[in-house]
Amino acid sequence: MATTALTHAQAAAVLAPRLTAGEEVVKFIRTKPLGGAGALIILGMLGVAVFAAVLAPYDPYVGDYGLQFARPSAEHWFGTDEFGRDVLSRVMYGARIALFVGFTASLAGCTLGGLLGVVSAYCGGKVDLLLERLMDILLAFPQLILALAIASILGPAVQNVVIAISIPIIPRAARVVRATALSVKENVYVEAVQALGATRRRVVLHHIVPNVVAPYIIMLTAQLGGAILAEAALSYLGLGTAEPTPSWGLMLSGSAPSYAEKAPWIALFPGIAISLGVFGFNLFGDSLRDALDPKLRRT
Amino acid sequence: MRTYVVTRLLLIVPTLLGVASLVFVIMRVIPGDVTLLILGGDQAGRIDASQIAALKHRLGIDQPLLTQFGTWLWGVLRFDFGTSLWSGRPVVEELLIRLPLSLELALAATIVSVLIAIPFGMLAAVRQDTWVDYLVRVISIGGLAIPSFWVGILVILFLVIFFGWGPPLEFTPPWVDPWANFQQMVWPIVTVGYRYAAVTTRMTRSSVLEVLREDYIRTAWAKGLRERAIVIRHALKNAMLPVITLIGTEFAFLIGGLVVTETVFTLNGVGRFVVDAVAHRDYPVVQALVFLIALGFVIVNLLVDLTYAWFDPRIRYR
Repeated sequence: MATTALTHAQAAAVLAPRLTAGEEVVKFIRTKPLGGAGALIILGMLGVAVFAAVLAPYDPYVGDYGLQFARPSAEHWFGTDEFGRDVLSRVMYGARIALFVGFTASLAGCTLGGLLGVVSAYCGGKVDLLLERLMDILLAFPQLILALAIASILGPAVQNVVIAISIPIIPRAARVVRATALSVKENVYVEAVQALGATRRRVVLHHIVPNVVAPYIIMLTAQLGGAILAEAALSYLGLGTAEPTPSWGLMLSGSAPSYAEKAPWIALFPGIAISLGVFGFNLFGDSLRDALDPKLRRT
Repeated sequence: MRTYVVTRLLLIVPTLLGVASLVFVIMRVIPGDVTLLILGGDQAGRIDASQIAALKHRLGIDQPLLTQFGTWLWGVLRFDFGTSLWSGRPVVEELLIRLPLSLELALAATIVSVLIAIPFGMLAAVRQDTWVDYLVRVISIGGLAIPSFWVGILVILFLVIFFGWGPPLEFTPPWVDPWANFQQMVWPIVTVGYRYAAVTTRMTRSSVLEVLREDYIRTAWAKGLRERAIVIRHALKNAMLPVITLIGTEFAFLIGGLVVTETVFTLNGVGRFVVDAVAHRDYPVVQALVFLIALGFVIVNLLVDLTYAWFDPRIRYR
């Protein structure tokens, strides 16, 4: 008997290896090298944003009028702009704006949308019908135009950009989370805890919410890159952050294209920064989805 | 099925009414008075109050908001979207001037993207986790990451520096001069199409991946069919449904792409028309455009839902 117990234990260990957090990370990087690369880009961007004050060689707001349109050189790696400001320093500080807007807007939009989705699915009936119509309206409203209009109402400021970008995310997150919550609700164990007399609060918080966390996280990472792009697009159209804030989109707007021939670096580096940042988030989000979604896992 | 269709059709009404109310409210909440913008004032910026009142009366924006909303909604029902506050011409007429350009851009970008996305998405799925898959994914994720306005700026930069190119002042329709039209539109189409292709490629990949795990595909393998036959004849057909849905629902996203791309390439299309109208507080124009885009979105979604219900009876009986 003792030997059988041992083999059982061994078998269990082989069948369901329990990984520590560190091992999980190693496994993720091993099986999803693109996701690992994405995570590396995100970490780099975070590092630059946090330590911008230390890393940036110059003040991003102060220009040197004797040094307008300076070519990239040993002193100014990315050159200077039309006000003689160091482009590298502005790109570094821009990471702060991009990450701040990206994180807060997608977190706010996904969380609010996710909550509405859970409520909608759990309550059902009239509440569901009403919330669903509300989400339909927001979905049918063209996203960029909605953000444009909200930004024009609130005026150009970083926190307003966050609001303008997070609102169009709400219905998308609500849809995804509602669909998952609906199928979770139908499970026998939910019926069982209800029969045992669990309160609605307990059912929702302990039995439904934990099961919609995976789609919520997938949605969150998927929206992050999009939110950074949306901030850049709004700033480019003149409705995002205002000068002299070093926002990547803003650095590409206005005069940058008109100086393109004379000083292409002004338009080049912020664009690379946006693309690289969003690329990192998308790579990571994509691999995370592959890892979390059993349907896409390699068999 | 009939009850399902009727319910779905009835649900369109509150959605469109909601969009109409929302855009109406939003446009009135945006700070900035259109009459002040139109009049502009004298050199010191002074504007006569009686002038403002007269203009407001002429434009019909001195009436109570509810009356204005009612009048507008009644017009929409008769497909009359009012006149632009700035040009004084009917909104529909203004729209029709700009529609061919945007339509050409949107259609061509969609065709280009589908031609790229479906074969490459399929290839990436069939060769999952090989270098082919990685390459396709890196290029497609890149397409999602690179802002289209930046691609536009780079293209213009390249054209200006190497070919001394200048942006065209007037749109040449393809039926007037196809070559001139091609020269004008090819770069905007590539810019919009690349992004669109990126989204579609990813969808094709994950959809094909999902189908390849199905039992009937395993049966097909067991029967000894060749890979080609399995992928194209068995997997692709079933994997296309979500992809077609995506192509349809990305319509709203395409509008966003048009707004930015038309601004970069200074093309006088519908996208730029919306941005300008928001900036100019041209209420009737914004209201009409948002309503029409929402209508298009709702119709596309309805068609998608109906196709799904047709294919999958579980949906309509729920």
